[in-house]
Amino acid sequence: MSKKAVVLYLHAHQPFRLRHYTIFDAAKQHNYFETENDYDYDNKRIIEKVANKSYIPTNRKLLDLLNKHPGFHVNLSLSGVFLEQLEKWSPDTLKSFQELVKTGRVEIASETYHHSLAFFYNREEFEIQVEMHRKKIKELFDVTPTVFRNTELAYNNELAEWAESAGFKGILAEGWDPVLGWKTSNYMYRPAGTKNIKLLLKNYKLSDDIAFRFGNKDWNEWPLTADKFTNWLNETKDAELFNLFMDYETFGEHQWEDKGIFDFLEHWPAKWLENSENTFMTFSQAIEAFEPKAEVDMPNTITWADAERDLTAWIGNPMQQQAIKALYDFSQKVIDTNDWDLIEDWRKLQTSDHFYYMCTKWFSDGDVHAYFSPYKSPYEGFINFMNTYQDLRFRLSEKGAEV
Amino acid sequence: MKVLMLGWELPPHNSGGLGVACLQLSKALAKSGADIDFILPYSSDEKYEFMRVTSAQPKNVKSIFKSQAYDSYKYILQDGKEVSVSIADQQQAYEIAVGEIIKGKEFDVIHAHDWLTFRAGLRAKQQTGKPLIAHVHSIERDRAGGKHGNPLVREIEYTGFMMADRIIAVSGRVKKMIAEDYSIPEDKIEVVHNSIDQSFLEPLDTNNAYKYLEYMKGQGWSVVVNIGRLTIQKGLPHFLRAAGEVAKFAPKTFFLIVGDGEQRDELIELAAEQGIADRVIFTGFQRGKNWRDAYSVADLFVMPSVSEPFGLTPLEAVAYGTPAMISKQSGISEVLQNCLKVDYWDEHEMANQIVGLLQNSSLRDELHQNAYREYERMSWSKAANQLMDIYRSHTEKVFA
Repeated sequence: MSKKAVVLYLHAHQPFRLRHYTIFDAAKQHNYFETENDYDYDNKRIIEKVANKSYIPTNRKLLDLLNKHPGFHVNLSLSGVFLEQLEKWSPDTLKSFQELVKTGRVEIASETYHHSLAFFYNREEFEIQVEMHRKKIKELFDVTPTVFRNTELAYNNELAEWAESAGFKGILAEGWDPVLGWKTSNYMYRPAGTKNIKLLLKNYKLSDDIAFRFGNKDWNEWPLTADKFTNWLNETKDAELFNLFMDYETFGEHQWEDKGIFDFLEHWPAKWLENSENTFMTFSQAIEAFEPKAEVDMPNTITWADAERDLTAWIGNPMQQQAIKALYDFSQKVIDTNDWDLIEDWRKLQTSDHFYYMCTKWFSDGDVHAYFSPYKSPYEGFINFMNTYQDLRFRLSEKGAEV
Repeated sequence: MKVLMLGWELPPHNSGGLGVACLQLSKALAKSGADIDFILPYSSDEKYEFMRVTSAQPKNVKSIFKSQAYDSYKYILQDGKEVSVSIADQQQAYEIAVGEIIKGKEFDVIHAHDWLTFRAGLRAKQQTGKPLIAHVHSIERDRAGGKHGNPLVREIEYTGFMMADRIIAVSGRVKKMIAEDYSIPEDKIEVVHNSIDQSFLEPLDTNNAYKYLEYMKGQGWSVVVNIGRLTIQKGLPHFLRAAGEVAKFAPKTFFLIVGDGEQRDELIELAAEQGIADRVIFTGFQRGKNWRDAYSVADLFVMPSVSEPFGLTPLEAVAYGTPAMISKQSGISEVLQNCLKVDYWDEHEMANQIVGLLQNSSLRDELHQNAYREYERMSWSKAANQLMDIYRSHTEKVFA
């Protein structure tokens, strides 16, 4: 029997949050992302805070693990807007990522530079953003990604077909039971309608045990120890690989250090590797090692978010739908200006977080998601975004566009 | 004529039109010979040369701060402690404090503005036997957007109307509603229309705060504005649905919504549902220049109120160069002739007339010019004279 592999994948991203931007700023100043006067939105402060709590200590742990255990491998995705902010405000963090990649046992996935939903609105723009990301990764890490992950893990058959035609070897998606049916996420698959590309499906139960439930004292499995988690994996008979996909910020930011998340990260890989049948793999290694078990058909878009696993957190309500449509309706006009500052501002406005802040799904229960929004309410997020949109219209008009 | 004036707010601490009306009316009354003691329910350092302003506060209270809206007050006690007080308690505290303050004062008549001061007014009447004039700027049905509203507030209004010597309504519409809702005989109610004092309106400067909108107007866009609280009474959902229709015929139109209130989030969602989220701009609450310039940047001001006892904003719009559309369900429609008038519920007609005006600059200019002439003729002196007559009829009694 072949080895059982864990494919550990951490997604790191920070948006360029908008400053408090009023209609009185429109047509006067275009500095949407200069947030130094807005404590709650301040991009530099947030990068520095999360670097201290999460990126720096986690990368140190990961590097230790790589040095200690030859069988340890890890995968990352780093959005372009995130890397840009590290270059500006946290070069040490960037360096620590570069050191990880230098080991040759850390693989980086491809994605859109701006962490956008462009795939669903403007294919040409989407491809440009993927290319921008490829260049950035090449420049900073001297590697070229061969596995694709779309923003929010938003996936459907069409995306897989695109990824195959764009030359990717693999693609990531949520392993959502209602779609998989009898299949489990613990094998390699082939997307419907493709020939060569392989599909890695997130094992959301095991992933979320770490990402969401780890620090929850009301969870009946709390506390989650390295032994317990390793046992769960070992006891799973029907499996070749465990795709543990989660936000990078799980370590130290979503789950705090005092809850023991770093101890877990240190001890669990060692525990898993105690059994010589077990290993960790990069995406590419897994794609090399495992053949598709079956075809997976996902005509409808599936994401890794919420109980619904759809895009409703970003484009579920009319505010979000209108805001994103209005932005993409400007596409051609923005590109035609050849004004790179304007084009880049427009792209940064495409970052999915801006639309997420307008989500009203949970607003009435006032709950955990509020943690991830700088705004007091989704309505304020909407007003702020639309004011920058109005200014974008002004800039287009000044360039002679009919708006 | 010595007048004890009981009011809930005065500019610059006002949350709406009530404070503006009280201030401008008091000034005109003073000019007509009234000697006014104005009692406020909060601490204010603001000086007014034409009347004495006192703040009514209980003995153990050092100062009272008013929040922007009507709903809460912060009390700083003598010992430095801070307490937050609801409007019901604030009303009672005001009543008690007024009862104390008037012990050292002499006056001929008590003039109380709206239900919030009615209990204090009744206490003053009880203590001194002086006539009580109840001045009605709005009733509960107005504020509840045509619905029944708060029964406790209605009870205070009812008691005030029954016990007052005279009731002043700011429009014929309010008079009719008082008679209907509270079974008060119409001859107890006198209509004294509000007006506008031009000297209170600060002039515009040459630099409009809405630079973006000015620019876009140069690109062929139009601006339709509403200024006011975002609350059920003001009828804004009707306006936004009309706006959705306007956008089909005149797509280059901005709808500028200036103000804040409990309906804001609902209105934002409604704008999105209408498919015009990219053309509706919510500025939040604005004062001073940003407030004035909102009137002047617009091509048309719309007041779609479900129930507006008077409605000063259309006159302000006219003063700042913009014609107005008003709902027929407003007191101002009794005094302002040169404006567009629609039923607040007739969204189709509202849209029709907005488009008509936006597409016809001669209509726009003519409407504004004529409205401006009406505005120039307006003054509070007529209201002041009416009120002085009413004071006299209650103080110079035939029977001793």
